[in-house]
Amino acid sequence: MTGQSRWASLFAFANPARFMAFSGRILPWIAGAAALLFGVGLYLALFVVPPERQQGDTVRIMFLHVPAAWTAMMGYALMAFASLMGLVNRHPLADVAAREAAPLGALFTALALITGSLWGKPMWGTYWVWDARLTSFLLLLFLYLGYIALWNAIDDEVRAARAAAILALVGAVNLPIIKFSVEWWNTLHQGESIFRADGPTIAPIFLWPLGIMALAYTLLFFSLWIVRIRTAILRRTVRARLATAEMR
Amino acid sequence: MSFFTIVARDVRLAMRGGGGAFLALAFFAMTVTLVPLAVGPDLKILSAICVGLLWVAASLASLLSLDRLFQADFDDGSLDLLALGPVSLETLAFAKIAAHWLTTGLPLTLLAPAMALLLNLPARGYVALICALAIGTPAISALGAVGASLTLAIRRGGLILPLIVMPLLAPVLIFGSGAVRSAIDGLANGGFFFLAAFSLAAVLLSPFAAAAGLRLNLGT
Amino acid sequence: MSAFFAMGGYAAYIWPAYGISLLGLAGAIALTMRAYGRAKALLADLEREGPA
Repeated sequence: MTGQSRWASLFAFANPARFMAFSGRILPWIAGAAALLFGVGLYLALFVVPPERQQGDTVRIMFLHVPAAWTAMMGYALMAFASLMGLVNRHPLADVAAREAAPLGALFTALALITGSLWGKPMWGTYWVWDARLTSFLLLLFLYLGYIALWNAIDDEVRAARAAAILALVGAVNLPIIKFSVEWWNTLHQGESIFRADGPTIAPIFLWPLGIMALAYTLLFFSLWIVRIRTAILRRTVRARLATAEMR
Repeated sequence: MSFFTIVARDVRLAMRGGGGAFLALAFFAMTVTLVPLAVGPDLKILSAICVGLLWVAASLASLLSLDRLFQADFDDGSLDLLALGPVSLETLAFAKIAAHWLTTGLPLTLLAPAMALLLNLPARGYVALICALAIGTPAISALGAVGASLTLAIRRGGLILPLIVMPLLAPVLIFGSGAVRSAIDGLANGGFFFLAAFSLAAVLLSPFAAAAGLRLNLGT
Repeated sequence: MSAFFAMGGYAAYIWPAYGISLLGLAGAIALTMRAYGRAKALLADLEREGPA
């Protein structure tokens, strides 16, 4: 019990009513900040950033691809963490949070793949190569889809939540191994990595817009996530109301 | 009811009802047969893809029998009884994984060289192929068992089990295939090492995840 | 101006990338807000009909 109260105070908003109140207050700020950062970031990416020496203007796609990829991975980490909280503490809100993060994560993964493909075509000549980066993200997409499918396939919500949570955690443990194995696989066939512009040394002129866009994408993820959780809580309240109405 | 009793019982059940190993082997052989029909009989092309094809076919053949892993015991209630019994759910899961491997992975490993013959595998690859499959197929059974435990209560099951398990199998295919290729090319690339490490970890850790999956489905 | 749109010859890749990204994100925002609005309206209806 003491463990539970420690967590409860840490996540003061774990209680649905308190989450609604808390999220209602911070959401406008997060969403507003996201919008602002998007505006600034897009302006910089399209108008201020010069063409890169090797890639020319295609470097502008980096400002879409890298943030989407980063958000996709962050999404899975959040989903896994929420799953762990749901399994350990049985917080119904944790389960909801995990479930609502998945479609967003899948979307950002898909965007990362599409933009990565478009970024690569001028450089590689084909819309797809099996390099370590794209292949890992393709597998990440399948991990997301499997997770969503499992939630949808099990009728009992409590059971679905726990099954999905186990899957998310198994996936989370496996992800670094998958990434490693894909990179190892790639080095067997090609010596160097494909993406050079986001290597260890990026010029500041590229780094700042990248950071801004990455933050914008992250805040957008959180905004959407919060709204989805709020929607889920509202739906649950609706169902509870309908259930009590039926009893009378 | 000990670990070995469960393994023996499951192996016996698999052999008796519906042919267990036979179906997996037949599927494996059929898949390997279909690909040249689709790709063309050029032996050079076939020998280039044969390692990967054998791994994919073996994985799919293993996956197919997984939804029955816990299902029969779940349906007739014996899973609940076993859960109350002297062995832990983790041991039960481990026993089922072992039984599954003995009736699927192992026979596939033994049939693979014959199939490799059909695909013109270079001579240097045969021993490596058997070793790699022998090491890697337990991981497929193990990770598959996790998926089987999570999808236990799903009625319209079908393809969801392969869907959730296949991404997790990527390292097995990558390392397993890479290991055989390293033997064929004569270059050391660490494939066997990584395969063995992953397989060991999968076999040791999966029973815990599978037991967790079983636990949430008990009492249905 | 047209030089900007040409994007050094890479327009065929850059503009679809931006287009799909912004469309995808805008779509996500729209669907999320719509679902939220619906749930909120439904709850408001139920509360108007009478106390639980």
